[in-house]
Amino acid sequence: MTSYNEFVIRFANVNGSGSASANGMFAKALFRMGIPVTTRNIFPSNIQGLPTWYEVRASAREYFGRREKVDIMVAMNAETYTEDVDRLESGGYLIYDSTRGRPRELCREDVTEIGIPITKLILSEFSDPKQRQLFKNIVYVGALSALLNMEFEVLTSMVASQYRGKDKLIQPNIRALELGRNYALKYLPCPMDIQTRSADLIGDRILVDGNEASALGAIYGGATLCAWYPITPSTSVADAFEKHASRLRVDPETKKKRFAIIQAEDELSAIGMVIGAGWNGARAFTATSGPGISLMNEFLGLAYFAEVPAVVFDVQRAGPSTGMPTRTQQSDLLSVAFASHGDTKHPILLPAAPKECFDFAADAFDLAERIQSPVIVMTDLELGMNQTLSEPFQWDDSRRYDRGKVLDFDDLEEIERYGRYVDSDGDGIGYRTLPGTHPTKGSFFTRGSSRNEWAVYTEDPQSYINNMDRLTKKWETIRRLMPAAEIESRNGRAGIIYFGTTTTPMKESLLMLDENGIALNTLRIRSYPFGADVAEFIETHETIFLVEQNRDAQMKSLLTLDLGIDPEKIISILYYGGFSISADYIVDSVTEHYVVNKLPRLREVES
Amino acid sequence: MTFVPKPSARHPLLKTNEIGLTRRDYEAIVSTLCAGCGHDSVSAAVIQACHELSIPPHQFAKVSGIGCSSKTPSYFLGNAHGFNSVHGRMPSIATGAYIANKDLKYIGISGDGDSASIGLGQFAHIIRRRVNMCYIVDNNGTYGLTKGQFSATNDRGSTSKRGVPNLYAPIDLVSLAIQLGASFVARSFSGDKQQLIPLIKAAVLHKGFAFIDVISPCVMFNNHDGSTKSYTHVRNHTEPVVDANLIMPRDEITVEYEEGTTTSVPMHDGSKLQLRKLSDSYEPNNRVSALTYVQKAQEEGEIVTGLLFLEEDAVDCHDILGTLDTPFNELDEENLCPGTERLEQINDSLR
Ligand SMILES: Cc1ncc(C[n+]2csc(CCOP(=O)(O)OP(=O)(O)O)c2C)c(N)n1
Ligand code: SF4
Ligand SMILES: [Mg+2]
Repeated sequence: MTSYNEFVIRFANVNGSGSASANGMFAKALFRMGIPVTTRNIFPSNIQGLPTWYEVRASAREYFGRREKVDIMVAMNAETYTEDVDRLESGGYLIYDSTRGRPRELCREDVTEIGIPITKLILSEFSDPKQRQLFKNIVYVGALSALLNMEFEVLTSMVASQYRGKDKLIQPNIRALELGRNYALKYLPCPMDIQTRSADLIGDRILVDGNEASALGAIYGGATLCAWYPITPSTSVADAFEKHASRLRVDPETKKKRFAIIQAEDELSAIGMVIGAGWNGARAFTATSGPGISLMNEFLGLAYFAEVPAVVFDVQRAGPSTGMPTRTQQSDLLSVAFASHGDTKHPILLPAAPKECFDFAADAFDLAERIQSPVIVMTDLELGMNQTLSEPFQWDDSRRYDRGKVLDFDDLEEIERYGRYVDSDGDGIGYRTLPGTHPTKGSFFTRGSSRNEWAVYTEDPQSYINNMDRLTKKWETIRRLMPAAEIESRNGRAGIIYFGTTTTPMKESLLMLDENGIALNTLRIRSYPFGADVAEFIETHETIFLVEQNRDAQMKSLLTLDLGIDPEKIISILYYGGFSISADYIVDSVTEHYVVNKLPRLREVES
Repeated sequence: MTFVPKPSARHPLLKTNEIGLTRRDYEAIVSTLCAGCGHDSVSAAVIQACHELSIPPHQFAKVSGIGCSSKTPSYFLGNAHGFNSVHGRMPSIATGAYIANKDLKYIGISGDGDSASIGLGQFAHIIRRRVNMCYIVDNNGTYGLTKGQFSATNDRGSTSKRGVPNLYAPIDLVSLAIQLGASFVARSFSGDKQQLIPLIKAAVLHKGFAFIDVISPCVMFNNHDGSTKSYTHVRNHTEPVVDANLIMPRDEITVEYEEGTTTSVPMHDGSKLQLRKLSDSYEPNNRVSALTYVQKAQEEGEIVTGLLFLEEDAVDCHDILGTLDTPFNELDEENLCPGTERLEQINDSLR
C-alpha cells in the first residue's frame, strides 16, 4: 500500500563528511513541496570522525515527535550499520552505498534494501577529492528524489539559489543530483511505496530553529548587548544574533552598530556584562547551557538581590561537559529556578516552538525591566538546534518597550527623597534610576541585601526581613505577569501536563491514546511561577500525568513547591536518555498506568 | 598607629572648582574602614582629583568588587551611582556598563585579592578589551576583609602578621597590565598625594584602559616590618620615575616643572600631560622598555612609581566594536526595532 507524505527518514553519516548541507537541502525541498516537516540532528561531541545522524519527519498529519523507528534509512556509515538496520520499521527501506557490497549481512527479511553504487558513480564523474567526498551526499539526495517521487525542480532551484554568486558550484551540484536520480530511475523500482506528493499544507509557515528565533526575538525586543561564551547547544543564539543584527541594526549612513556582541572569557564574565549593562539601562542578554548556568550562579543571585534586569537563554543539554553535551534534556529546571544562594528564585519562560521562542525572547526584555530581575528563557537542544515547521514571526509596529519603573531627571526633580527600594506602589517593585541622571538626586550605591529601602548600608535584622518580604511580594507580582498556561479540554477525567519540547510528540500521543480509549485533557506550562490556572487544572482532575525530560521529575518538584500541591497527585512520565521523548514512550507510560491501576476507559480496548 | 593622617574631609577653604562645586560636593558618607587604612587616602585622592577636574560628580559611575578596597566607592562621589558587585568580577560589570553608556566616566576600585586572585581572569580580559575607565587597585598585599590572608601580590619571603613567610612568587599587576595592552599604566603609593592625585586625573581623562596600582598599606594586617607592603617598607624602597602633573587646556602654566626636564604628552581631549623624567633611561611610551624597567627595579628590590606606560591615541572598546555614538541606553524602539516589514522579509527567507 502506498503512503504519501508520512514517513521518517534517517541519514546515518560520519561527522565532518559534509552531509549536513545535503541533508538540510532534502528537508527544505519537502517543505517547499508544501509538506509539513521537522528535522533532528543527532550528533556527537566531536568535530570529525564520529557517527552522526540526521532525521527528517514528513507528516501531513503534523506529527512532529521523534519516533523510535524509522521508515527509510540512508546508511552511509559502515560503523553504525548494524544499529541503523535495527532501527528500521518493518516494511521500511534501507538505502546504502553498494560500490563495495554491503558492509555486513542484512539480517532482516522485513525491509527492502536498495543499493546505489554511490562511490562508483562519483569516481566516474568527479576528480577533485573534496568534491568526491562532498557529492556522495548530493548523489543520495538525487536518488531519493526519484525513489520518493519528489519534484526535481525544487531541488535544482534550491541549488541555484544557494550558490548564487558562486556560479561555478551550481553545475557540479546539479550534476551530482542527476547522477543519483538517473541511476535510481534507470535501475531501481521508482517510486517506492513510501512517497511524497506536492501538497498545500504549509500556508505561511516557516522552517526555522529555536535558537535563530530567540536571537531574532532579542533583536526585536531591543537587546543591544549580547555577551556570551561558546557552548553547545546555545552558540547559535549568539551567532544568529550577530548575523541578523549586522543587517538589521547598522546605521545606514555611519555604518556604526546599534548592538555589541562580546565573546566573554567565561560565563561569569558574560553574565557580569549583562548585569552591568542592565544596571546602566541597556537591554542585554546571554545565551548558555547547564554548565554556564552553574558558573553564573553567584551573579544571578546578586542581580536578584540588587534588582537588576537581565535576560538569560538556557538551551539545555544532558549533564556535565563530559555528559552528553550534544543531546537534549530538560534537566536544568531546578538549578535555574533557584540559581544562587540566600533565598533566590527566578522567573522562567518555557517556549515550545520557534515562534514562541521569538515571542518569549522579546517579552523577556520587557519582563526583566518591569520586574527588575533576571528572567530566564529555557529551551533545549531539541528546540534550539533543529529546524522545524513554525508559525511565521509577527510583530506589532505600535508596540512600545516596557522599560519598567525608571525615574528620569524631571521625575527626580519632583520627589523630595528618593529611595531605591521603597515600595511605593505596593507591588514589591521600587523605582530605578540610571547613573548620570541627576546631579544631586537619585544616586545610590548598588549592593546585595545589606541595606535598607533607602539603599543605605545596614545590617539591621528587621531591615533585612523587610527587604526579603518585599521580594516575596514582588514574586507574587511576577506570577501575575507571566504568560498563562495553554489548556485544552478533551472531556477526559485525567489530565496531562507538559512543557517545552515534551509538547512536540503530544498531538500524536493524544490521538494514539484516544485509540486506546484514553482521553486526556491537556495543560501546557509556559512559565514559572505558575498561575492559578495551573493549580486549578491539577485540582480538578482525578489523575494528572506530567511529562518531562529529566530523571528527578524537576517540574513536579517546582509545582509542588510553588503551589503546595500534593506530590502523590502527579504521575511522572520521565525520559532522560538524551534524545527527545517519543509519542510511543508517552503512550506506553500512560497506558501502563491505566492497565496497572485498572482505571476505567472511555471504551473497552484490548490490551 | 597611623603614619598618614586621615585625609581631612573638611578643608577649611571650601574652594570651588570651575563648575562652582566645592570639594564637599565630591565627598560621600564617612568611611567605616580602620583608621589610617591606606584605602581611605586613595578615596581622598579620588575626591581631590575629580574636584580638580571639574567634572560633575554624577557623571561618574563607580564600580567595585568585594573587599575593604571595594567598599570605598561608598566613601567618595556620593552623587554618583555605584555598584559593589561580586568578588573579582567588577571588570565584567564595568564592561557591560560601559557598553550601555559610553558617556560616563568610570572609576573602578578593586583590591589585590579581588584583581590578582579570584578576578585575575577578568582583570586580564578587561585590559584586552580596552574598556575606557580608570581602574585602581588598592594593593595591600593581603586580604583585608577576611582578616589577613596572603594575597597573590605578596612578595615571596614577606611575612604575615603572625610571622609566617609567603612561599609563592608574586603577581605584578603593573607588569601584567603593560603586557596585556593597557594604554595607561601607573603605580603610586596611597600616602603620596602629590603623585597620586595627578595620576588619577590623568587616568580619568585618558581614553582607554587606565590602570593604577596603588600600594595601600593595611594597618591591620600588613603594617609590620616583615611585610613588603608596609608604610615603612614602601617609603624606603620607592623610586619615582615620572611625576605626572595634569594641565588643563585652560591653565597654561607649568608651575613646578623647569624647562628641559619635562616631556609633554597630549591627552585625547586636547589637554596635556607634563611628565618629568627623573631617570634618563626611562621612556613612558615603550611597552618593552617599560616592562624591563619595572622588572629590573623589582629585581633590585625597588618599587617604581609614577606613570610607567602611556599609549597616545589609544582605541577603546567601542572603537573596536564599531558602535554608535549615542549611548545604547538612550536608544528606543525607533532605533532598535527593525519593524514588521523587515520581519516579513525574514519570514520569506525561511520559506
Ligand atoms: C566568591 C567569594 N569568595 C570569598 C569571599 C570572601 N572575601 C571577601 S573580601 C575577600 C578578600 C579581599 O581582598 P582584597 O581584594 O585584597 O581587598 P582588601 O580587603 O584587602 O582591600 C574575600 C576572600 C567573597 N566575598 N566571595
Ligand atoms: S583591614 Fe586593612 S584593608 Fe581593611 S579597612 Fe582595615 S586597614 Fe584597611
Ligand atoms: Mg588586599
